[in-house]
Amino acid sequence: MTAPTLVIGVGNPSRGDDALGPAFVDRAAEELRTFVEGGHLELLTDFQLQVEHALDLIGRARVVFVDALVGGDAPFVWRRVEPARDTTVSTHAMSPAAVLDAHRTVLGDPPEAWVLAIRGERFELGEGLSGVAAGNLESALVFFTATCG
Amino acid sequence: MSSSLEKASAPAQLRRIVIEPVSRVEGHGKVTILLDDQRRVHQVRLHIVEFRGFERFIQGRPYWEVPVMVQRLCGICPVSHHLAASKALDGVVGARTLTPTAEKVRRLMHYGQILQSHALHFFHLASPDLLFGFDSDPARRNVVGVLAAHPDLARQGILLRKFGQEIICVTAGKRVHGTGSVPGGVNKSVSRAERDELRRPLGDVLGWAEGAVQLVTDLYERDRARWDRFGAARAGFLSLVGQGGALDLYDGVLRARDQDGNILFDGVAPEQYQERIKENVRSWSYMKFPFLAALGPEAGSYKVGPLARLQNCDFIDTPRAEAARQRFVAGGIIHAPLAYHRARLIELLHAAEVIERLLADDDLSGDRLVTSGPRASSGVGILEAPRGTLIHHYDVAANDLVTMCNLIVSTTHNNGAMHEAIREVARQELDGREPTEGLLNHIEVAIRAFDPCLSCATHALGKMALFVEVLDAGGAPVAQLSRSGS
Repeated sequence: MTAPTLVIGVGNPSRGDDALGPAFVDRAAEELRTFVEGGHLELLTDFQLQVEHALDLIGRARVVFVDALVGGDAPFVWRRVEPARDTTVSTHAMSPAAVLDAHRTVLGDPPEAWVLAIRGERFELGEGLSGVAAGNLESALVFFTATCG
Repeated sequence: MSSSLEKASAPAQLRRIVIEPVSRVEGHGKVTILLDDQRRVHQVRLHIVEFRGFERFIQGRPYWEVPVMVQRLCGICPVSHHLAASKALDGVVGARTLTPTAEKVRRLMHYGQILQSHALHFFHLASPDLLFGFDSDPARRNVVGVLAAHPDLARQGILLRKFGQEIICVTAGKRVHGTGSVPGGVNKSVSRAERDELRRPLGDVLGWAEGAVQLVTDLYERDRARWDRFGAARAGFLSLVGQGGALDLYDGVLRARDQDGNILFDGVAPEQYQERIKENVRSWSYMKFPFLAALGPEAGSYKVGPLARLQNCDFIDTPRAEAARQRFVAGGIIHAPLAYHRARLIELLHAAEVIERLLADDDLSGDRLVTSGPRASSGVGILEAPRGTLIHHYDVAANDLVTMCNLIVSTTHNNGAMHEAIREVARQELDGREPTEGLLNHIEVAIRAFDPCLSCATHALGKMALFVEVLDAGGAPVAQLSRSGS
C-alpha cells in the first residue's frame, strides 16, 4: 500500500550542509519509525529532484520536499508549494514546483505539497553537517513531528 | 578570425561574451567568446567553474568504503563510479575473475544505469532543442515544454528512466547510495521473483527504445545537412571493446582509432592506460586536456562516449541495436556532435536488449557472490559510463588505506573534442553576426550533445594549473597570478 505522506530529502551527504535533506530523512526514520512501519509515512532521499520523482507522488495525499537552504530564514522555512512551469529548468535537477507540474501534465493533479527548507551554513566537499545546521535540523524535526506526525 | 580560437592575440581590445551557466548540462560551465568590433570571433573557451577535490577526499579512506563514497561524485551517474571503483578494487583484493553471479549482477546494474541516463539525456535534456529547434522560444525549449507538447513522449522518457532506476534499486540495494557492488563481487544476487517483476515492463521498454531510435532518425533525416555539419570537428576515438571487438560497456580492453578510423592501438589492458593516454593542462581551465600519446598533445584529442563507441567497436551483440548501428555507420566516419544523440539512443536500445537477456539468466540468482586472491597494492578499473570511458585507479597501503586516487572521467576525455566542436560552431554560426540568445544556444547545443557532466570532471586539488587575472574597470588586465600544474 502506498503511504499517504511522502518525504523526499534532497542533497549530497558529502557536501557539508547539503546533507540536510538526507540527514533529516535519517532522523525522521528514527523518530517516526512507528509511522513508517505502520505504512503512514514513506521516506526517500536523492541527490537532486528529477522528473521521474513525479511518479513517486502517485497515490499520495501529501508530499514534503526537504532540502538545504542557502541564506533565508533560520532555522527553517515551511511553505506550501504549487505546480509551476519552471522555465529555468536546467541541468539535471528540477525544483519541487516543476516536479509537481510534471505530475500535473502527465498524470493529473498532484498531491498537496510542502517544502521544508532547513538553513545550512557550509557546503564544502568532505565536511559533515555544521553545528548550526545540525541544530536547525533538530528544530525542523520537532516542527515536522508536531505538524505531520 | 583566429584559426584555432583557443587564444586571441589581443584579448583586452575585444568584446567579451559570457554564457554562464551552460544550461542543461550537469554541473556548471562557463563559455567565453571574444569578439572584435566587426563581431569576428577570436577566442572561444569552455571554463569549468565548479571545483571538486574528490581525489584528495578519497585518499586516506579504507578501500572498502570507496565504492560507496565515490557515488557522491555525481548525482547523475553514481552507479558508474560505484562499479568503476569496485572494478579497480577487485584488483587490490585479488579477484581477477568474478563469479558468474557477481559479474552478471554488476552488468545488470550497469546497463540499468546506461538506460536511465540515456533516457534522461535525450527525453529531458536534448529533445527540447531537437523537437522545437535551436532558436525556439527559450521559455518552451525545456523539459516542461516537451511535457506539454509531446506528453506521450515525455511519459515514455519518465518511465524508461524509472525502469532503469528500478534495476539499480534491485541490484544496488537502494535507489541512491547503493552498496550492492563490493571489492571482489557483489553483496546480493537477484531473486527469481525480482527478475520476474523486472521482466513485466520489458515489452514496453523495448518498444519505447525502438521508437526513440526511429524518432531521432526521423529528426536527422529531416535536416541531414545541418546535423552532419553542425560543429563537426575531427578527433580520434577511444573506448573499451569486448570479446571479438564487440560493444561492451562494462568490461574489455582499450582500443583507439585516429580521426580517419584507423586503429592506433587495440587490446590494451586497463592497467596500461597511462602509457597510452597523457594529460595536458591549460592555465585558464581547471579541467585537464587528455590526449592520445601516440599522436601528441596537438593532434591527439579524442572523443569518448556513444559516438566513439559505436564507431570503435566491430559489432553489437544484440540484434536490434546492431541493425541500427549498421545503418548509422554506413556513410563512413562521423565527427558531427549531433550524431551523439543518434548513437546514444542506439545504445539505449542495446541496453534494453542486454537487460532482457540478463533477466533470463539464472546465474543472476546464484549464491556465489564474492571471490578473492593474492592481495595487490594497486588496481585500475575502467568501464564505459553513459558519457564515455571512466577510469578509476587506486593505490592501497598494507593498512587498507587508499594512498593514491586518480580519476579520469568521461567529460575530461572529451574536453579537447568538445572545445573543437564549440569553436567550429562559433566559426559556422556566430562569426560576423550579432549574438542573440538563439545563436548562443547553438554553442550550448554542441556542448550538450557530448552530455558533459562538469561537476565530476574537475578534481585533483593542488594539481591543476591556476590562473587569476585582475582587470581594471575598462577591462584591461592590471595583474595576474599563475601557478603551473604538476
